[in-house]
Amino acid sequence: MHETIFNINEKEYILPGNRACQGCGLSLAYRYILKALRENTIVGIPPSCLCVLHGLYPTTSVIVPALNTTFAGNAASAAGMVAGLRALNRTDITVLALSGDGGTYDIGIQSLSGAAERNTDFIFACYDNEAYMNTGTQRSSATPLGALTTTTPVLTKQEPKKDFLKIMEAHHIPYLATVSPAYPVDLYDKFVRAKKIRGTRYIQIDTPCPPGWGYPTADTVRIGRLAVETGLFILFEIEDGRFRFTGRSKTMAERGKLIPLVNYVERQGRFKKMSIEQLGTLQASVNSRWEECLKRAEG
Amino acid sequence: MSDVRIITGNEAAALAVKRAEPGVIAAYPITPQTRLAEVLSEYVEKGELKAEYVRVESEHSSMTVCISASTVGARVFTATSSNGLLYMHEQLHWAAGSRLPVVMCCVNRGVGAPWSIFNDQQDSFSQRDTGWIQLYCRDNQEILDTVLQAYRIAEEVYLPVMVCYDGFVLSHTMMPVDVPDAGLVKKFLPPYRPHTILSPEDPKTINPVFFASRRENADGVLCDGYMEMRYKMQAAFERSRTVINAASDEWAKLSGRNHGGMIWEYMTEDADLILTGMGSIATEATLAADALRAEGIRAGVVGIRAFRPFPKEEVAQAFAKASAIAVFEKCISYGYEGGVCSDLKAALYGTDIKAPIHNYIAGLGGRDVKTRELVEAARTTFEAALAGDAGNKTIWLNCHTG
Repeated sequence: MHETIFNINEKEYILPGNRACQGCGLSLAYRYILKALRENTIVGIPPSCLCVLHGLYPTTSVIVPALNTTFAGNAASAAGMVAGLRALNRTDITVLALSGDGGTYDIGIQSLSGAAERNTDFIFACYDNEAYMNTGTQRSSATPLGALTTTTPVLTKQEPKKDFLKIMEAHHIPYLATVSPAYPVDLYDKFVRAKKIRGTRYIQIDTPCPPGWGYPTADTVRIGRLAVETGLFILFEIEDGRFRFTGRSKTMAERGKLIPLVNYVERQGRFKKMSIEQLGTLQASVNSRWEECLKRAEG
Repeated sequence: MSDVRIITGNEAAALAVKRAEPGVIAAYPITPQTRLAEVLSEYVEKGELKAEYVRVESEHSSMTVCISASTVGARVFTATSSNGLLYMHEQLHWAAGSRLPVVMCCVNRGVGAPWSIFNDQQDSFSQRDTGWIQLYCRDNQEILDTVLQAYRIAEEVYLPVMVCYDGFVLSHTMMPVDVPDAGLVKKFLPPYRPHTILSPEDPKTINPVFFASRRENADGVLCDGYMEMRYKMQAAFERSRTVINAASDEWAKLSGRNHGGMIWEYMTEDADLILTGMGSIATEATLAADALRAEGIRAGVVGIRAFRPFPKEEVAQAFAKASAIAVFEKCISYGYEGGVCSDLKAALYGTDIKAPIHNYIAGLGGRDVKTRELVEAARTTFEAALAGDAGNKTIWLNCHTG
């Protein structure tokens, strides 16, 4: 059952005015995540952009219960909440751990892998803005090949982005999905679906970041759409091992073609030192992954 | 009716946890804590203890699970040793800063490098300043009783409590232990009431970023800054002194067993020479005191039961008449001396106590500490004092230092 933009929960859980940057992809995604998960939700927060978004004590613009924890511990913290709530016979609450790529791909991988292997009954969502944005755009293992960061300031990142979705899929969790705030209805649908499933659910959010990626603040949705339309970021879900395209990626798989990656790259300052070779390598990996997904969708 | 069983320290701790009925247990195995984690999983799988047992992938996560489960309102338990405790370090601060009554057993073991699986107290000593109450046990009965007291103390002052006992020396050694029945424990330990409920009915963001200064909330009320939160934690520690003593007294009334509150004393009334330490080395010191008395030296023992908060008033009183003091400890603050010794000296500063204090670093990495070694060391301290040598010294006991 898919929602249209008109059926989306009208209630706002983030009050106007938060401490995120102008044009923040996370703000947009978080707004729709909370609309989808509704009141009986507790959010786990690591030190990250999300922690900043939630504001400085004693005020916050977010009206869901939220628990801050340490950088490595967000999945374990969620597991603790799940266990504690179960011990108190409160099984009606959805626990969402929301971490950035650093708190997921890097420092958070151990506790996330542990929680997923135990099939902890929670949603772990990664808002992937492809670098340590809260500390000012340092390289992470989610940073794409050829991107400038403040710790790859001259040569650009020389290694490809870690394929974290494969890592999570290897945990054989009941639900795994990708979403983009540029496609809020698809995002909303998937969180609504995830809320109904028990066990570990992993959702990866492509999260454009104007200051970190180097594009005008008004272009967040445009950049997010280009990521999908170039095939760099593919909208899909895997439920009980079954892969299917969703949203814009589904339409593209049915009748569309990928837009060349250069259209995405040329709009972002972080790629201004990307070499032709790097662009070629990245384009080739996008093409092969797209083919792989097309095959999976058929099978 | 008493139920005396011959059990190890780890089994005694597990039985205490079973009686305390935590809602959530999280643990990661490490020698010599392992058996405690195993026994608890047996209780849970057999249905003898109704708790969520989270078999985490690391100690960092075991403490994190305890923190967040405690935040949503569950009583929690974990246990570790050595490098496992060090791996928790960040979360030890987080538990204390969150003012959560987490109870943990630290089965004391030396820390690497190089590896040692054997006992000393460098692990818990090195976590001294994380904001945890630390209680040290001298035998298996005290382990059981102290775990129960730990919950009572933690949940009254909202500070986490670490119950420390020596690896192998206690954890793997069998002794008779009187196991209290569930009814008695219920009388002593009321249900856990969390200070803040994290629930959808009353949404809050817990532990967000604090500014240095106090700030107004949406209603214009001036709220604590970071420093006020820290002051309140220190104030809770000061208050915990009374609570630790009261918990010990009340348990003594109910169970007939009194292990002391902040400290315990053995034949100190007329003692000229006082031996002191934490945990099983202090138990050993009571045998040394007996031997010294047989030689004609009036010796006694002060056991430090609470290392944090430090029993500053109790030691000033207990050592008032001593003419020589020998501190035996299984840890060291590198570049200075044993940690108990430093604290003791600080507590005695400004009092009339002028007795020389000899600091014996002993039993590191499981090196055996024999009663006769304690006797010889304490006698040396006493003779130095008699000879008018007022100097303090740090001596490595039974260690080749040439």
